[in-house]
Amino acid sequence: MSELVAGLPKHDWSGEFKAIGYRLLAVAAMCIALALVSDAFLTWNNVLNVLRQAALLFLLASGLTLVILTAGLDLSVGANVALSACLAGTVMKATGSPALGAALGLACGTLIGAVNGLLVTKARIPPFIATYGMLWVVHGVTYWYMAGSTVHGFPANFRALGSGYWLGIPIPVYLMFLFLAIGVLFAQRTTWGQEIYAVGANPVAARLSGVPIHRRLVLVYALSGAMAGLASLIFLARLNAAEGDIGESLTLPAIAAVLIGGTSLFGGIGTVGGTLVGALILTLVLNGMNLLALNPNSQPLVTGVIVILAVYLDMLTRKRTRS
Amino acid sequence: MPEIPRAGPLAPAAASQPARASVRWSRIPGVAYTLAALCVVFALTSKGFLNPTNLANIGMQSTILLLLALPMTLIILTEGIDLSMGAVLTVASVVLAATVVKTGSPVLALGAALAIGAAFGFANGALTAWVAIPPFVVTLGTMGIAQGLALILTDAQSIVGMPESVTWWYGGFLAGIPVPLLVAVAAYLAMHALLYHTRFGTYVFALGGNPDALRLAGVRGDFYLVGVYALGGLMTGFAGLLLTARMSAGHPTAAIGLEFEAIAAVALGGTSFEKGNGWLFGTVLGVLTVGVLRNGLNLLGIPSAVQVAAIGVLVIGALWVDSLRTPG
Repeated sequence: MSELVAGLPKHDWSGEFKAIGYRLLAVAAMCIALALVSDAFLTWNNVLNVLRQAALLFLLASGLTLVILTAGLDLSVGANVALSACLAGTVMKATGSPALGAALGLACGTLIGAVNGLLVTKARIPPFIATYGMLWVVHGVTYWYMAGSTVHGFPANFRALGSGYWLGIPIPVYLMFLFLAIGVLFAQRTTWGQEIYAVGANPVAARLSGVPIHRRLVLVYALSGAMAGLASLIFLARLNAAEGDIGESLTLPAIAAVLIGGTSLFGGIGTVGGTLVGALILTLVLNGMNLLALNPNSQPLVTGVIVILAVYLDMLTRKRTRS
Repeated sequence: MPEIPRAGPLAPAAASQPARASVRWSRIPGVAYTLAALCVVFALTSKGFLNPTNLANIGMQSTILLLLALPMTLIILTEGIDLSMGAVLTVASVVLAATVVKTGSPVLALGAALAIGAAFGFANGALTAWVAIPPFVVTLGTMGIAQGLALILTDAQSIVGMPESVTWWYGGFLAGIPVPLLVAVAAYLAMHALLYHTRFGTYVFALGGNPDALRLAGVRGDFYLVGVYALGGLMTGFAGLLLTARMSAGHPTAAIGLEFEAIAAVALGGTSFEKGNGWLFGTVLGVLTVGVLRNGLNLLGIPSAVQVAAIGVLVIGALWVDSLRTPG
């Protein structure tokens, strides 16, 4: 790969694979522990449920992974899901065409992401402020657009996207593996992917090597927005309804999944595959709380603790490998 | 976005005293013009806006925001951020309401609210300064923790039945002046004194502008950084008293997202997210701008979520204009 982008250092993939390996061990340990404490865990239905929830989280978090790889952040993904889902849902209802609705939902997500990218590059606003501002702008637009109403009842062929099965496995799970493959190939086997790593690892070196930093940054924010648009469609198909506040509570879990998956906030380190494992870990935690009948109100609390712990553990292990 | 060093001499060395003065003068017009323009627009478009009662209302409604935005200014001066303030304010309000209902003692209740606010602030500061986790992640995490805590403590229900000793803090008068206005003035004067007339304040500017100089001068900057966040938590806890008084209840999602308005007020007021450049009175003007915008849009019958979106557009616009002025 190094001949694709001359001068950029080779990425250390063996370290990344080791990090994913440790996390898969954690997944296995959690599964064993949950199977021991709860009879309901190892039922086919519950396993499919975990996978389906992890799929939605992964799709949202996979685009976010690219943003965080550039040492950026996208706090607007949850609000993006809400607006994209509402737009797709209302258009689908009005025109009766799932394809048109889905296309507009995806376009809306991508557009919000691209605006984020332009705010970060052209307006030079720090990413977490730019995307935090966008969160509230998009949130307000969604409320204004929906005006408190709900749309529901979509065509069956669209609903299959979220709640359908093929060979006994939910469709979102296939999408999860499809986008895992696309994400891994894009990030690790293409020039653009390498350049994204380079921008996060060392922006000065990347610029001196001729990487068009601004264009790559706009690309990752647009991709993050596009994945939010895709996640919104699956969410919409699953719920079979949309209102102004859906998806809002997804931002923190999505960021958590990326960070648990071993992507460093400081950029340049991490993998899309790790994010899938991160999404599985977080989903297992929340599923376990559910099975043990813990108070569902404590979910944001647990997710918050996990975010901080994940970053802390990540910093500890990296410090050790560096020294 | 990763910071891309620009050509030419590096800025941090020049970032302490002289830069502060120049920023102060160049920034007054920006936020003051925005505030004046909004006032003119709303005076023309809605009849009730210039009514003295309405103007007093803007001041009173802005007090809670000011109590968050003042310490947020200090936090942003250290190149930090606190995304947890709205959730911590909510949990403080809920704890205060629950304590006063259980024990009947408003003093104990205020103590509990201050303690939980300060504890969250301390945790934010400690994780930022001593564990070196970036503040926006720390406070994103503690935001989730505080949000969950507020929901668990209340079981997602409102806690009602506040005694007059609590509601007085929002609806009461002292010497004919509404109590919240007095609180706002007192809070500003105290923070002004702290930031501009104490060693603590000087170190706050240095933490963002030139932390190396602070270290070379033998100052334990980490203690002051933790102090800044703890102070933010403490003031957020106190704001919990006014919030509970205003709603006459403790509600588990009352102030979710209010930190955005506080950050917006600081940004509109001309405090920069880099290099420790900022101006405390600018934050007051920023708070008033946010307050006037919300009040005016409210009078025009525009829903709250859209008002917040308007604040978002204003802030992004202000930061954009700001970036056009600085070469890059």
